[in-house]
Amino acid sequence: MFKSSTVEKGYVLCVNRSNKIQNLTPKQVKEIFDGNITSWKQVGGDDIPIEPLRMDDIASQYTEEEIGANFEHLPQKLSEAVASKPGALAFFPEQFININFQGRVLPAETITLKEYFGGKEWFPTATPAAQFGVLPLILGTLWVSIAAILIALPFGMAVAIYLAEIANSRIRKILKPLIELLAGIPSVVYGFFGLIVIVPLIRSIFHLPVGETALAGALVLAIMALPTIITVAEDAMRTTPLAMKESSLALGATHWQTIYRVVIPYASSGILAAIVLGIGRAIGETMAVLMVTGNAAVMPHSLTEPVRTIPATIAAELGESAMGSVQYQALFMLGAILFVLTLGISIWAEIIRKEPKVQ
Amino acid sequence: MQHTKFTGKRANQALFFTLFRLMSYLVVGILFCIIGFIVIRGIGVINWEFLTTAPKDGMTKGGIFPAIVGTFYLVIGSMIVAFPIGVMSGIYMNEYATNKYIVRVIRVMTNNLGGIPSIVFGLFGMSLFVNKLHFGDSLLAGSFTLGLLALPLIIRVTEEALKAIPDTYRHGSLALGATKLTTIRKVILPAAFPNVMTGLILSVGRVSGETAPILFTAAAYFLPHLPTSVFDQVMALPYHLYVIATSGTDLEATRPMAYGTAIVLIAIVLIMNLLANVVRRKFSK
Repeated sequence: MFKSSTVEKGYVLCVNRSNKIQNLTPKQVKEIFDGNITSWKQVGGDDIPIEPLRMDDIASQYTEEEIGANFEHLPQKLSEAVASKPGALAFFPEQFININFQGRVLPAETITLKEYFGGKEWFPTATPAAQFGVLPLILGTLWVSIAAILIALPFGMAVAIYLAEIANSRIRKILKPLIELLAGIPSVVYGFFGLIVIVPLIRSIFHLPVGETALAGALVLAIMALPTIITVAEDAMRTTPLAMKESSLALGATHWQTIYRVVIPYASSGILAAIVLGIGRAIGETMAVLMVTGNAAVMPHSLTEPVRTIPATIAAELGESAMGSVQYQALFMLGAILFVLTLGISIWAEIIRKEPKVQ
Repeated sequence: MQHTKFTGKRANQALFFTLFRLMSYLVVGILFCIIGFIVIRGIGVINWEFLTTAPKDGMTKGGIFPAIVGTFYLVIGSMIVAFPIGVMSGIYMNEYATNKYIVRVIRVMTNNLGGIPSIVFGLFGMSLFVNKLHFGDSLLAGSFTLGLLALPLIIRVTEEALKAIPDTYRHGSLALGATKLTTIRKVILPAAFPNVMTGLILSVGRVSGETAPILFTAAAYFLPHLPTSVFDQVMALPYHLYVIATSGTDLEATRPMAYGTAIVLIAIVLIMNLLANVVRRKFSK
């Protein structure tokens, strides 16, 4: 992927021969055509204004007769246009460049690792230069997942403590299988629920134009992560040796003091593992998030704005990307990032679980 | 002094315990509201026609029959792929493997495999089965992808089922002169059967609800006919729900269809869990 050009296949970028610029990064190309960079000085050249030329600009400058019915004169006109304007930056199909071309073709720029991991813009289908910065997607994923865990944690812990210590065995026998059952409900069903209930609710509470926001994603993920957190944390608490609890009670501590001074510290590594596993599940969740977060690939600023996560990006874009294209490869790279991220998290959880217990 | 401290402690405990109890009821309540909400809104859609006809009029009328059949095929296909491999791996790990280190490595790997997001399975299935092996977008590619997803679960369940069988069974059989293979076939596997079946049923429940792995490997937006070969695309319930919930010309008109599909998906999970419980109870006398 890092060897392929971001400029659309079959197209080239050309400049006037007097231009000193040797190459432009995909980011610079985009900024120029968006009108954010207007002078060659800003990209290291002479202080002359940049005149972007697209096919449309050239076609509108000449009459149909001048170009010819089958574009036979187009190469000639293109050449003239680029040669006559010292600040020109032209973007057109390669086939229209002939031997007499009086401009200079810029070498195709490839995506650099730095741009991929540090880039703040993800516009995989933008022309003339697609942008593949994964930073907003990675941050979006973490943003939604961590918010989800922060919402789920107090509830998850409360239920885990209740089930492990407070509830009598009859209630526990009913609740525990029910909660495990809820972990089996397909994510697309949770997503559907989020779409028809949580999204409109958020829109009306916060008076937003759209309810598909990071908050909606976080809420849905929190609901989905609850069974994992509850089960793992409760199992950890139940491993507390009875002798430890009895000694605490014998010293005059109440049941509650025993719970937060003995049981929770003893189970802390298991509880931490529950949190980490919950985050891992949330990061990899695809369908529910895809349905409720609005999928805008922007740097996340607040919880009430749309965001886009890595799995949602893959699910939304892979179907439309041509096999073998840069976008296709960039999406597989995202898959690899996701894989490494979740693998790291589950190994981490495994290590935490095995850590020596607090005395 | 002593007395006030004592009551303070008690009051504190009562406060926190009440809080935890209320939060627990709230959580369980929320979770049940979700299911209840969908069921109440959608139960009116469920009828014989909904379950046995194809979608009509841009998904606003008709039923979900092709999606039910597609999901059924995908589940069968994925179990054909995953069940033999999973059970054999489980047997190997618990009965044959002598090298503790290798067993540990395999166990860590399968555990991690279970934690990998389903969309990554989808990517992998697409590049290997759909493109490299030229299965195309098909029932076959989807079955293999879902099979891989179910594999860790089946291996773990098998291993645990075998571990639960007391060594006296093995020793007794071996002492009677049976070979190791005979022991496994005639003694160990029958004894482990209920737990292995439970695992199989639970993985059926899991596989039938997965959307992300089949997005690019098997699922079709709309097919008026049923698949005729393993190289055909199929409709599937979870993908169908995703499609009619998020895209379509008339979202309001397709809502009832979406509720109905969601109910069927929830019902599959419930039935599979009940079935697993029944199997577990019936065989473990």
